[in-house]
Order: sequence, then C-alpha cells, then structure tokens
Amino acid sequence: MAIDYLERIPNNVDLAGNRTLQRALEHWQPRFLDWWREMGPTDFLASEPYLRTAISVDRAGWASFGHVKMPDYRWGIFLAEPEPDRRIGFGDEYGKPAWQQVPGELRSTLRRLIVTQGDTEPASVEQQRLLGHTAPSLYDLRNLFQVNVEEGRHLWAMVYLLHAYFGRDGREEAEALLERHSGDADRPRILSTFNEPIADWLSFFMFTFFTDRDGKFQLKSFAESGFDPLARTTRFMLTEEGHHMFVGDSGIARIIRRTVEVMQQVGQDPDRVRAAGAIDLPTIQRYLNFWFSSSLDLFGAESSSNVASYFASGVKGRPDETKFDDHSCRDGAMTIVQPDGKGGITSEEIPLRNAMNEIVRNAYTRECEIGVRRWNGFIAAAGFKAGLALPSSRFRRRQGVWANQPVDPAGNILPEAVWTKGMAEWLPSEADRLFVGSLMQRVTQPGKIAGWIAPPDRGVNELPLDYDYVRLN
Amino acid sequence: MITFDTEPSRYKHWRIDYDGAVATLSLDVAEDGGIVPGYQLKLNSYDLGVDIELSDALNRVRFEHPEVGAVVITSARERIFSAGANIYMLASSPHAFKVNFCKFTNETRNGIEDSSMHSGLKFIAAINGACAGGGYELALACDEIAMVDDRSTTVSLPEVPLLGVLPGTGGLTRLIDKRRVRRDLADLFCTTAEGVRADRARAWKLVDAIAPPNRFGALVKERAQALAKPRGSGGIALTPLPRLIGARGYRYDHVEVTIDRAARTTTIAVTAPDDAGSPAQGAAWWPLAMARELDDAILMLRHNELETGTILLRTRGVAQTVLDADAYLTAHRDHWLVRETIGLLRRTLSRLDVSARSLFAIVDPGSCFAGTLLELALAADRTYMLQDPARDASREDRQEGDDRIVLSEMNFGSYPMANGLTRLANRFAGETAPVEKLKVHMGTPLAAAAALELGLVTVTPDDLDWDDEIRLAVEERTKLSPDALTGLEASLRFAGPETMATRIFARLSAWQNWIFNRPNATGAQGALKLFGTGSKPKFDWERV
Repeated sequence: MAIDYLERIPNNVDLAGNRTLQRALEHWQPRFLDWWREMGPTDFLASEPYLRTAISVDRAGWASFGHVKMPDYRWGIFLAEPEPDRRIGFGDEYGKPAWQQVPGELRSTLRRLIVTQGDTEPASVEQQRLLGHTAPSLYDLRNLFQVNVEEGRHLWAMVYLLHAYFGRDGREEAEALLERHSGDADRPRILSTFNEPIADWLSFFMFTFFTDRDGKFQLKSFAESGFDPLARTTRFMLTEEGHHMFVGDSGIARIIRRTVEVMQQVGQDPDRVRAAGAIDLPTIQRYLNFWFSSSLDLFGAESSSNVASYFASGVKGRPDETKFDDHSCRDGAMTIVQPDGKGGITSEEIPLRNAMNEIVRNAYTRECEIGVRRWNGFIAAAGFKAGLALPSSRFRRRQGVWANQPVDPAGNILPEAVWTKGMAEWLPSEADRLFVGSLMQRVTQPGKIAGWIAPPDRGVNELPLDYDYVRLN
Repeated sequence: MITFDTEPSRYKHWRIDYDGAVATLSLDVAEDGGIVPGYQLKLNSYDLGVDIELSDALNRVRFEHPEVGAVVITSARERIFSAGANIYMLASSPHAFKVNFCKFTNETRNGIEDSSMHSGLKFIAAINGACAGGGYELALACDEIAMVDDRSTTVSLPEVPLLGVLPGTGGLTRLIDKRRVRRDLADLFCTTAEGVRADRARAWKLVDAIAPPNRFGALVKERAQALAKPRGSGGIALTPLPRLIGARGYRYDHVEVTIDRAARTTTIAVTAPDDAGSPAQGAAWWPLAMARELDDAILMLRHNELETGTILLRTRGVAQTVLDADAYLTAHRDHWLVRETIGLLRRTLSRLDVSARSLFAIVDPGSCFAGTLLELALAADRTYMLQDPARDASREDRQEGDDRIVLSEMNFGSYPMANGLTRLANRFAGETAPVEKLKVHMGTPLAAAAALELGLVTVTPDDLDWDDEIRLAVEERTKLSPDALTGLEASLRFAGPETMATRIFARLSAWQNWIFNRPNATGAQGALKLFGTGSKPKFDWERV
C-alpha cells in the first residue's frame, strides 16, 4: 500500500525516496504515538488545541495554524535550507568542507551528543504532562500544548538524525529515547534537571524561560557543527524554540504584573499579597533561584575535556561562532574562579578550548539578565523597589568547581551551618509550593483568566483573547 | 617517598561496611586527595593512593574479619561507579611510575582472584553507575558482576579509542579468558568509546546480572548472601608495621633492607624467628609478620629505589625454627588464619617474581634458606652458595648455622607462582623427575655439593673465591642494560604453561609498556598526552 509520506509526515528530507528512513520510521512512529498516549498530556487526547504545524521550511509553511487533536498532529522532519559550499567554522578542521556524512572517528561522540539532546525533548513533555489540568486560561493551555508538540517534533528531529546517519545503533538509541522517563527511578532521563517534576505553572514558566533557554544555547552550539545535517536540523529547531522562550518570558512578566497590581491594592506584605490571591515577589525570587541554578548545571563543568574535544574536532562550536575573531582557540586561556577548599577563592587559568562550557554559560547568563531587568521594569513602573535578581553562578551548583559548596545567592562562601539555614530561605519551601499549588485552578472559559496572572497583551496569530484556543471536547 | 601501609581510619577514598558475612567496599574518591599533586581525581577515577587503600582494605577483610565470606565492591557516588585510572595522572607520570602503578593495581586485582580461589572469599562488583576502563577492570576481577539497568548507564573499555593505550589492568585478558566473551564482540566492545548499556552487556557476557535501580540493591544483597560462606571466626588486628626508615634503608622486626645507591644494589635480609610461635600471637606470629614486612619492603623498593637494579637476598637465623613454623603451617592449613597467612606469603613471593630487579640469593654461613624462606632463593635469578669443605653439613663437626638449605613440605605446593607451578617445578620447567628426587631430601640440610647436584643452587664458590666471585657477579650484573635485564629475567622466570595471570603480567603488560613508550601514546602529539585538550593526536601510521 502506497503511503503518502509527505502528507503523513511533512518533511524536506525526501522521505518518500529514502527506503532506509521509511523502514526505521515505520517501526518507530507507532511507538512514539504509544508514548504520547501514555506519557504525554494523556487527559487531553480528544481536545483540539489551535496549533501551529510546520509543513515546510519557508516562511508560509512553518506557521500553518488550525485546530487539531494532538495525537493527529503531523510531526514532521525539517532541516534548514542547505547553505551552498558550507565550511567548518571552528576548531582544527576550520575551513574544510562541512561533513554531509558522519566521520567514522566522530560517530560515537556525535551519537552521544544527539542522544543527550534528544533525551531532553520528550523529558520536558513528561515533566509537564499534568499541567493541562490547572491552566490559568485556554490561551495558556494552548501555549502549553504548542510547546509540548514542538518538543515532540524536536524529538523527531533528533530521531531523524539517529535513523538517517547512525545505522542500527541509531535505531536502538531512538527506541531508548522512548524508554527512559522523567522522574522514573528505574529509567530516569539522562540529565537530572529533566527529572524534576514541573507541578505548577510558575515552575512551567520558569522552566521555559531558564531551562528551554539552555536548550536554545545548546542548539545554537550545534547549529555551528561541522556535521551539516545536525547544523541544519538545529537551525530549524531554533525557529520553534523562540516561542518557548516567549511563553516563559511573557508568563513570568504577566505573573509579576498581576502581583504588583495586587501590591498596589494591599501593600507589599507577602502574606497580604498571598491572601489577595497573587504570588508574592519573594516566592518568585525563590523559584527563580531554583530554576536558574538548576539550568546552569546543564552547561557542564567549567573545565571540560569533552567540550575541548567537541570544539577541536568541529562537532560543537560556540553560539554565533562567526561573531568571534579567533575560531581556533588553540592558544587562548580563560581564568576560572573556584573555591580553594579553605573557605576562600582562588583562580586558575585553563586552556580556552576546555572553557567552552563556561563561555556559553556566561552568554546564557547575560541573556537571562535581560529578562530579569525587564521584569524589574514592571515592578519599578508600579512604584515599588525592583529587587529580582539572578543568583550567583556559584549558588546551588551540582556540577563543576562550585558543586556542593556552601554559597549564598550573592556568591559568598558561608559557614556550613549558616548556609544550611539560609538555603531554607533561598529556595521554594514546601509551604511555598503548597501555596502556589493552591492557586492553580483551571479556567476553561474563553477570554477568562485566573486571578494570579495578568492577561496577555495579544492573542495567538492575531486572534482575539477570547478565541476558543482549545476545544476541550 | 611513597609508602604503602595505611589503615581504615586514614582512608580518603574507600569506606568498609561490615554486615555479618558480607563486607561492602564503597569507592568515594576525594577529588583533591591524589597521592601526588597536579591532578584532580574526578568521577571516582583512581591513582596509586586509591589502590593502596583498596589493597589494605582487602587485607583487613582477609585477616580482621574471617566471618566475612563475600565482598561487594561498589561506589558511594550517584550514577558513577568509576571512570578508571586517572588519565591526567597517567599522562603526567614518568614511564616507570606508570609501569609500577599498573603492576601494583594488577597485583591487587590478581589478589582478589587469589583469595577467591584459595580462601573462598568471594567478590561481587555492584556497578551502580557509569563504569569505564579501570573501573570495569576492577569489576572483571570479581567473581560476579551485577549492573544497574537504567537504560543509560554503560560499561566500557574506552582506552583504545580515547587514549591510544590498552585496558592494561587485565581487562583484555579477563574479557576472553575469564568471562569467555567472544573475541569479535570483545573487539567491538573495546573500540566503542561510550561502551554498552546493561541489556547488551549481559547479552555479551560482560556482566552476570542486571536490575533496575529499584531492585538493584536487593539483587546485590541476594547474590552476596548466596556466595558468602564465612571463612572462620575471631579475626586478628593487623597492627601497624614496625618499620624504621633510615638514609640507607628500612628496618623491620624480621626484615632488613640495606640500600647501596652508589653500587645500585640492595640487600634484603630476612631473619628466622627465635621460636616458631603460634597464630595466638596474632599479627606478631612470625610467618604473618615476616610476610607483611617483606611485602612492604618489596613495594617500597620497587617504587622508591628505581636505580638499585640488583637485589641480594639473604637469610639469617636457625633453620629449624623456620621448619617448625612450616610444620605448623602444613598441619593447620585448614585453619582460616593459617590459610590467609599462606595466601599472603604466596602473593608476596609473586611480587618478587615480577620484580623488575635482578635477584641474587646469597647462601653464606649463618643463612637459613629453609622451607618457606627457601622460596626466596627459588625466586632468584641466580643462587650463590659458599662451598665450605671444612664444615660440610654431612660431617660430624656440623655447627649451628650450617643448615643453610633445607626443603620442607611448603616447597611442594603451597606457593604456586602465577603460572600455577611451584617454584621447584618451574625451576625444572615442569619436569617431574628432578622434583620427585628432591622430595626424599625434605627436612634434611643440604650441603653445597648436594644442593648443586640437585639443581637448587647456581654456583658454589669455595671460601677462597667467594668474596671475589660475589663482587664480580654483582658488578657485572649492574653494568648490563636494565631494560634488557628486565626482559631477560621476566622471560626466564616463568617456564611452562600460560595462565590468565601470566598472560596479564607478561603479554598484556609488555604490550602496554611498549605502547606507553611509543610516541603515538606519549609523544607530544600522542593520544594520551593530548587527552583532554581537545586536539587530535597525530599518529605515525606505520603498523609495527
């Protein structure tokens, strides 16, 4: 029976003409759908959110909108258009033609990186699977599902690479991506941040702002890769990732706007803000501390032999590599500040290639700061002291030189006892989570919105706010 | 100076927990606790210091806890078992240090198998997280390997693809010899840097049992309890070694080491006890005390005195007390402490066998190369015995101290070498007749002529020639190429069959030591040197 592949699986990789890929996907796709039905937003299989579906990579095609049941969503495979005569832009292979096939000696390195990236995509869908029950509006519910199906498509993108370029091992790894589950003690997701539950919408917005932004920086690094199919795949993924950042950034902004609105009525006392049904700023700061620090770990250790070899071999570059002058980085050095083990700090100079994680982490931090400044702007505009701040990159680290150090959010090393006491104040407490949880009441009437968050400035695809963004059915 | 004696309260990297018949050794390497500065021991990677503690911990279990019948080796860290030997340590170490490090870690792992075979102390590796290189090689030395199956943890031997060296701590040999992994699968496994996950690891026989994290603890416990048969009761304390370190050597109660750095020779003198004593003395019992001291002395010399290439082995004391001690060992060999003591002696003598030093035994008046101490002479490359017609042992005017060479029951099976042969059988290349002929002489002091006739000694100068002969022999030896001598001695010392241990010490170690010396590994552009910098090694593509 002839299958219209282009209709069923929109793609620009000539799926119809590629028998190997067809065979692999025919096996994998049913399993993906089973996974979606078991581990995705399971209670909304019959609902029809108003979703954007990518059906081609041109401007008109990657934003085609319509109501669709999520299991019927057409997850597609898209690579950004090829760049003619693309060259490797960094490392020891600088200037040589980009690889269209996997070089043998980089096979396991590339596979490992693709699997690790791919593992995060379904993980976040799993982490967010219950949020639909507590969405503050149909608009937000729709955004959640848009994020979910796109994470699903990003999984497809990584699976495409595994299927198309890594043979039997690739197919096995693609299956394993569906076998590990977020928070499953027996088969956890690879990275620990992706095993933390996302139980409320404040966490969801923090996750999409901070953790998805790590994803963005990882994708930007891969977009520079000398392995051209990976570079092209991730370039297209980045067009979708922008929406996820927007959901996080605007979500937190809307919460803050509502909070300062309530503060103008009842004053700044957190208890009174809470009593009025909004989330007090200190609680927002504690969530921010938690998610920012957790996301920083995703960049890896300050000094890393792996990242040095990724850079040298042309596998993974720096985001926006063309903006740098030196693409070899063979001789440069970077100073890393680290604890000296005696309660003080010391600095060490490490080769630049080993410091790539830190370079990317710093760029990420600068971008996060822009968001925090904007939120503080809302607070200041309402006439209050704007005090939200990113914690120090030394705070609550589990990876790298600052791992498990008694450091406060300002970056000071504290005596163990003082620090332990402080941690209870710097991170969300059980009571905070219970309180935020108590606000999470589902709102399903078009145009209505929960009391703890301000409405968005505009709707989706130039539609009004009271549009029927999800037909719950 | 590197020293090898430690005790649990000084451990930085290991924890021992005792629970009835099961002991658990948990690896939790202190990153800043390297034995020399200059590298960080990340991801439970190890250096010599970590392995010294492991070796000590094994002896604590053997001697202080005979109620223990099974040892679980695992990691105290989450999702990481061990990343193996620390690469930066290896890359920054001189060749001799690398070789000696590997030799010690090999001996420790062989010691695990030795205890399993001879003492019934069983070992289970509980791989509870990522396990690479030397981490997996440690697991390979255990009787059983259990591995957590969380769909992401892998075992691997990435030395070839990542570092351009071999899994040289027995890994390659044990894969095919011990675990009978098919050689083509072993080839795939050893060239896949990221390794394999639990399901494939079991299918390929790389591990024995797998379980998801929730059931892993129960699996390990169940296997440990099934294997644990207590060896005895009433352990003894391994008290601190009585050792004085001076400018010219070390002195213990029963062993004295004298180093002549100018002549590049060392004398190890072992003294017989005043009386044979009994295991009731605990760690002071002569066979045990002497073994511990000799073991320590061999290690101290090996790592700290690289240029003293010739060791003169001497003994002092009354042969009869050694024979009395041997009689006790023979009669009570089923007692746990006797068995463990024989085991320690066996492993110590094996250290001597693989010494990269020329070994000359000097049988002069006052010597007592009897029974267990005769093994020292049998381990030597040459034995010089003074021919002294005036006081020949067969004559009636024998005096105390003339019983210089006496065979005992212990020479006929208690101390097999790595090749599985006794030193006597090895000496005659597996021929049985000369060994049978020796049995009738058990317990009888042998004069120089008889010892020469029976093939137990090499040269028997008389008292006129003795001093010059010894001086010339030593001077000549110390002028030969140290590399050629090491190769010569290692080749001649082991006759007859190959075993897994000889394949590890001879073939695998020799290949590894060759690779360690090649520019492809350790040159400025070599894989081991460049590891971690990101730069690709530049290989000389010529296959040799």
